[in-house]
Amino acid sequence: MAKNWKLITDGLVKNNPTFVLLLGMCPTLATTTSAINGLSMGLATLFVLVLSNVVISLIAPVVPDKVHIPVYIVVIATFVTLLQLLMQAYTPAVYETLGLFIPLIVVNCIVLGRAEAFASKNGVGASALDGIGVGIGFTLALTILGLVREVLGSGSAFGFNFIGGRDGMLAFVMAPGAFLCLGYLMVLFNKFLKKD
Amino acid sequence: MAAVSNLKNMTMVLGLTCLLCSAVLGGAYALTKKPIDAAAVAKTNKAVGAVLPAFDETSYESVEVDGKTYNYYKAVKGGETVGYAVESTVVGFGGPLSLMVGVTPDGVVYNTSVLSHAETPGLGAKCNTDAKFMAQWEGFDPSAKILSVKKDGGDVDAITASTITSRAYTEAVKNAVNAVKALED
Repeated sequence: MAKNWKLITDGLVKNNPTFVLLLGMCPTLATTTSAINGLSMGLATLFVLVLSNVVISLIAPVVPDKVHIPVYIVVIATFVTLLQLLMQAYTPAVYETLGLFIPLIVVNCIVLGRAEAFASKNGVGASALDGIGVGIGFTLALTILGLVREVLGSGSAFGFNFIGGRDGMLAFVMAPGAFLCLGYLMVLFNKFLKKD
Repeated sequence: MAAVSNLKNMTMVLGLTCLLCSAVLGGAYALTKKPIDAAAVAKTNKAVGAVLPAFDETSYESVEVDGKTYNYYKAVKGGETVGYAVESTVVGFGGPLSLMVGVTPDGVVYNTSVLSHAETPGLGAKCNTDAKFMAQWEGFDPSAKILSVKKDGGDVDAITASTITSRAYTEAVKNAVNAVKALED
């Protein structure tokens, strides 16, 4: 039990994909213009990560070494496309804001990274837990980054505006703000949370 | 650990994986096709409904004005045309800016709505959320007011710090109004 719990918390803190491993920077910087966007992107990645970890841990023993990357990519791409179809069908509003970035989950190095580093060497249960841990870590990081940028840039939190009709500091909604916020959050995270 | 690679098992594993994955996706596509189409229709109907007065039915047609083709929904109520919802796309600040512009047969703008845009969040993207900017299109009469932003000597209030987006929006509305003019003539 303690070991299982550790698998999840590792993904949150020690192996936090955004603040420690620095993986998946493209969706991190591009989608976190608001807390809701960050949260949705994180959950979408979580979904793909858990399923691909499970499937890859199952098939890894029979996949020949030389073709393992193409096989993993096909598996990941399948789940991403599945997710895209489901979102289009049942949550068209979310799809509208994130649609452009969903296919990019395929090339998100977090997913392939976890497949390579963990799922291909561990059992199904552990791989699922690792997927959940890293996925939640990614989701939290994206939500926090999105929240900070939304509060500073648009003066609202999760869509609730608290500065009336005035403008926020627009730079934070745009690309430079993304880099600035990410940098400072990383400093804070590594100073206070990461202990090794 | 991973199996030793040889041509036979590499081909088989990769081939089988692709086959299985395509089967799963084919199934998912078949299952989600209906709700996806329904969502697209609902979105269009909502956009048409938002920019036109009440109608019984619409028909989807297209017209060519000045070498550009415009697709539009003609809304009919009790056998009479109550308006046209024209899909009008121009180049905005960050990419294509697509509007649905509702115009009544007398050439007055009934309302407008944004179909898709790629404007800067917090600046040009306000063309989709700024109540003051959006409200001015309701009942905009191009024969009484000038269809261009105030900076260019017109009567359209631009969004603060987003003149290019505002100009593009105005241009899209103007194109739609001209398309309806051509239709009515």
